[in-house]
Amino acid sequence: MESLSNRAKVLTKKPMTLAERAYLPAIFQGLSITMQHFFRAATKKQITIRYPEETRPFSPVFRGLHVLKRDEAGRERCTACGLCAVACPAEAITMVAGERKKGEENLYREEKYAVSYEINMLRCIFCGLCEEACPKAAVYLQADKMAPPRFERDEFIYGKDRLVEPVTPDNRSKRGIQLTPEQADKLRTQLA
Amino acid sequence: MTLPALGWQGLVVLVVFGVSLLIATYSTYAERVIAAFLQDRVGPDRAGPFGLLQPLADAVKLFTKEEFFPAGANRALFVFGPCLAMTTALMSSAVIPFGNVLQFGETAIHLQGIEINVGMLYVFGMVSLGVYGIMIGGWASNNKFSLLGAIRAASQNISYELAMGLALIAVLMISGTLSLREITFQQSSAAPFVWQDIFNWNVMKQPLGFVIFIVCAFAETNRTPFDLPECETELIGGYHTEYSSMKMGLYLFAEYINVFVASAVMSVIYFGGFNFPFQYDLRDWLVSAQGLELVTASNIITILGLVGLFGKIFGFIFFFMWVRWTLPRFRYDQLMRLGWTILIPLAIFNIMLTGGLITFGVIK
Repeated sequence: MESLSNRAKVLTKKPMTLAERAYLPAIFQGLSITMQHFFRAATKKQITIRYPEETRPFSPVFRGLHVLKRDEAGRERCTACGLCAVACPAEAITMVAGERKKGEENLYREEKYAVSYEINMLRCIFCGLCEEACPKAAVYLQADKMAPPRFERDEFIYGKDRLVEPVTPDNRSKRGIQLTPEQADKLRTQLA
Repeated sequence: MTLPALGWQGLVVLVVFGVSLLIATYSTYAERVIAAFLQDRVGPDRAGPFGLLQPLADAVKLFTKEEFFPAGANRALFVFGPCLAMTTALMSSAVIPFGNVLQFGETAIHLQGIEINVGMLYVFGMVSLGVYGIMIGGWASNNKFSLLGAIRAASQNISYELAMGLALIAVLMISGTLSLREITFQQSSAAPFVWQDIFNWNVMKQPLGFVIFIVCAFAETNRTPFDLPECETELIGGYHTEYSSMKMGLYLFAEYINVFVASAVMSVIYFGGFNFPFQYDLRDWLVSAQGLELVTASNIITILGLVGLFGKIFGFIFFFMWVRWTLPRFRYDQLMRLGWTILIPLAIFNIMLTGGLITFGVIK
């Protein structure tokens, strides 16, 4: 009967030759194969990624840890409208809105701002809907950072202290609205 | 022997003891790194530079583990088993000549724990006592897997000791002595080195005997492909299934010390021990061209020979590990068939061949 896949092999049980029965040639063949692997591992770069020191390259569209952006003058862009919290399918975002006082114009861009803004990274599914919902271009998911593992559950609730990007222009996130070099220089002199 | 000489010899014994332990410690690290490299992995690299502190971390882990005694175990024998395995493993390195003599004025230090004229018998006596450690531990555990592992170890050792001893008899027919130091000296080359002198190494006179010996050494040290006593797929952990903490550590350590001793014995008996080619030419050159005294030049040769011997030993240890990560384990009936129906007849054939060659004056 013809085989269906054309890959059938007819097995013959022929007696082993002396070299096969002595087993030693096969052993040396095996030893040479493992030795090739030894030198390959010792000389070429291994495929292993030593995690905390090395990381796998991220895709440019990767959605990682959130950031709350500042504007070109270093003021927080978020106006606590709550659209991100509404858009969030995992209900990970909570915020408390407050009114900007006199003299705080250099801190907050709008008259209303977020007194507290928390994202629970255990609930978050990193879908990026908050980023799309934000009318003020304030919240972004960074392409190069992840929420790192921690020991306690409450350490995964990220407040403003860990979400708002740093004041210094050089440490700003690369995602989202970028400062032009002139804007960055102006901000640097203003801060100094 | 005078008192200061006795003191120096005691120091040598202590150094041999420490070096055996150190090499066993770093064998565990080397095993993991070599295994990793042979399998295209990285291996331990977290503790210290290149993971060199890994053995320390392992020791801390083993020491802080719970000391567990299984129900119904014979407590005294349960403790005695690993102690015996470790003690016999350490004792066998005492007679191995690691180097020639170091001469400092009046004092001559022999780089050997103790010189006895039945050194080879002593080593094999100790190695066969080592199996009692495994037997006692496996029996005292009150666990059928441990007992099976222990019985396998005993029958395997008995089977392979026969072939090993027969392989050695062929060496004895050539050397005519059991002293490891004498055997080493017989393998040295004369002052103007000629290429025929490489045939002084016993491996050149006894290639078949060496192959038989190294196969038996794998079986005696319970290393893959003959590690049936601790075969984890069938026997969980074999004889050390019930062991935890440092008692487990002692068993593992004893295995690595046995590997070290087996490598040292093979280097001494078959690979010329502390001899290396051109050694006397180098000594004469140091005396005539560099103007060193004969004693200083000899000391330099002794130290080079020591380094050379350790190079050979490390080569064999590497070979043990290389084979472990290449070959699968034998089945038990295959192991027994290889021992009784192949290795022993081959060893007897080797004895007859050697006798014939000696009679017709081909080798002496």
